Amino acid sequence: MRRYISAYFEDEENLLRAAKELRAQDVSIQDVLTPFPVHGLDQVLGFKRSNLPTVAFICGGIGLVLAFGFQTWAFTVDYPLFIGGKPHFAIPSFIPITFEITVLFAAFGMAIAFFIRSKLGPGANNVIHDERSTNDRFVIIVDLDEAGSQDTIVKGILEKEEAMNIQVKEIES
Amino acid sequence: MDNNYIFSRKTQITLLAVGVFGILLLLFGYLTEAPGSQRFWTNYLINNLFFLFIALFGGVFQALHKIAYSGWHIALQRIPEALASFLPVSAILMFLLYFGMHDIYHWSHEGLHDPILEGKAAYLNIPFFFIRMAVYFAVWIWLTRLLRKNSLQQDLSNDIKYYKKGKVLAALFMVYFAISSSTMSWDWLMSIDAHWYSSLYGWFVFIGLFVSGIAAIILFISFLKSKGHLEFINKEHIHDMGKYLFAFSIFWMYLWFSQYLLIWYSHIPEETAYFAPRLNDHTILFFTILALNFVIPFLGLMTRDSKRNLKWLSLMAVLVLVGQWLNIYLLVIPGTIGKTAQIGATEMGFVCVFLAGFLFVVFKSMAKVPLLSKNDPLLEESFHYET
Repeated sequence: MRRYISAYFEDEENLLRAAKELRAQDVSIQDVLTPFPVHGLDQVLGFKRSNLPTVAFICGGIGLVLAFGFQTWAFTVDYPLFIGGKPHFAIPSFIPITFEITVLFAAFGMAIAFFIRSKLGPGANNVIHDERSTNDRFVIIVDLDEAGSQDTIVKGILEKEEAMNIQVKEIES
Repeated sequence: MDNNYIFSRKTQITLLAVGVFGILLLLFGYLTEAPGSQRFWTNYLINNLFFLFIALFGGVFQALHKIAYSGWHIALQRIPEALASFLPVSAILMFLLYFGMHDIYHWSHEGLHDPILEGKAAYLNIPFFFIRMAVYFAVWIWLTRLLRKNSLQQDLSNDIKYYKKGKVLAALFMVYFAISSSTMSWDWLMSIDAHWYSSLYGWFVFIGLFVSGIAAIILFISFLKSKGHLEFINKEHIHDMGKYLFAFSIFWMYLWFSQYLLIWYSHIPEETAYFAPRLNDHTILFFTILALNFVIPFLGLMTRDSKRNLKWLSLMAVLVLVGQWLNIYLLVIPGTIGKTAQIGATEMGFVCVFLAGFLFVVFKSMAKVPLLSKNDPLLEESFHYET
């Protein structure tokens, strides 16, 4: 059985302070849902830096090689045509397409990697912990241990920072 | 936080040494390379434009961020302000070009009997050339001075009206610069190859200006930090400067390639006349410029850590500045000196002399006022800035 507390804040300052306080008390925060990116939240939650740039670089590299390679193969080996008196292997004319495909691969690669990593996308079944997380409120979800030894500390911190709708929930797992 | 930059004797002597070294190089070049007046004036124009662009970027940087309601740049705005203080010197140097007109600009000769140049004579004639030059400089200097004055008055007063006035001045400068940056590049650079024209040229030169200005500001930050100043400029500001350098290096290449691709595709002799001498006579230089201005900063500044590392960023900035200098060099020489041009002691000497003079003027202006402006409503935001 897993137990957790969910609550929402009206202001990101309260959220930041509460998250800092909870981390200082060694409470593990399961997730934070915000309507817009909150500066400094990543550091407070102790997240590692995202690997998304690396994904983008690799996907972009694949796109670059594929696009350039395909054009080279098509124009020199498979179906050589004379176009405007240019050589078959005419690098400048390949560059715009190579550039576009590189960007396309990098963008799609990032979007797909993001969906996979955060278990989103079509058909994903995600739990909505608090209805207000779909609107304009800052929702925090805090893990609790089964014995309930941290309950009072966590509730105290949340109440101090004017959290609303503090609920303890239990999931069979 | 009220620490002025002190233009120490040591720095002054170093700059003097660079200047004297430059003059010695010039003398050495004069004796060994026997440069004609054409080589002299060509180098004069190249270096003057290079440092004028950096100075002009001081105005562009302020104007751009002010009209975009940016907060982060306020902590470092004294650097672009100081850069713009070189503009009056640059103006005087540019007017001296009067004596070297015939060595650089073919169209300035009398009795050419060239139908194309006769058609352009209404624009390309010596009196109008200098009238335009006077108008450009007059308004640039006037507006950058007002911006500077406005920011200094803001230091003394809490009144919001200076902040608002700064926005108006910035907008005026931006509109004027948008037009004058294009026309100045037609006048001073594109008219060297007077038969050829490109509608993209002005933007290309402008982005070169932007990139070299950003690189120069990075180097000034790096220098001032090494002297123990600018403690309020943190990694986030440096990260943003790195992003600028990275992004505009790419944009420089984008414009370069846009111009090249169209000329390469259509293959019309009137147009390829521009790239043919550059690619065939100066092949190594041609590709070195692309490497220095695009390949190296693109790969070198790709990761987040590399943009936040000031030492690495400074190295990239130096390479980009060298690349931009070579870029202007290659814009100028095929139309003046031509095939025989090479970089020797004369070129190095000119760079040293101009560099010493430029840094002297800028540091002098920087030392006059505190390095941190006060009372700007967005200043607090600049301290807490986070990318």
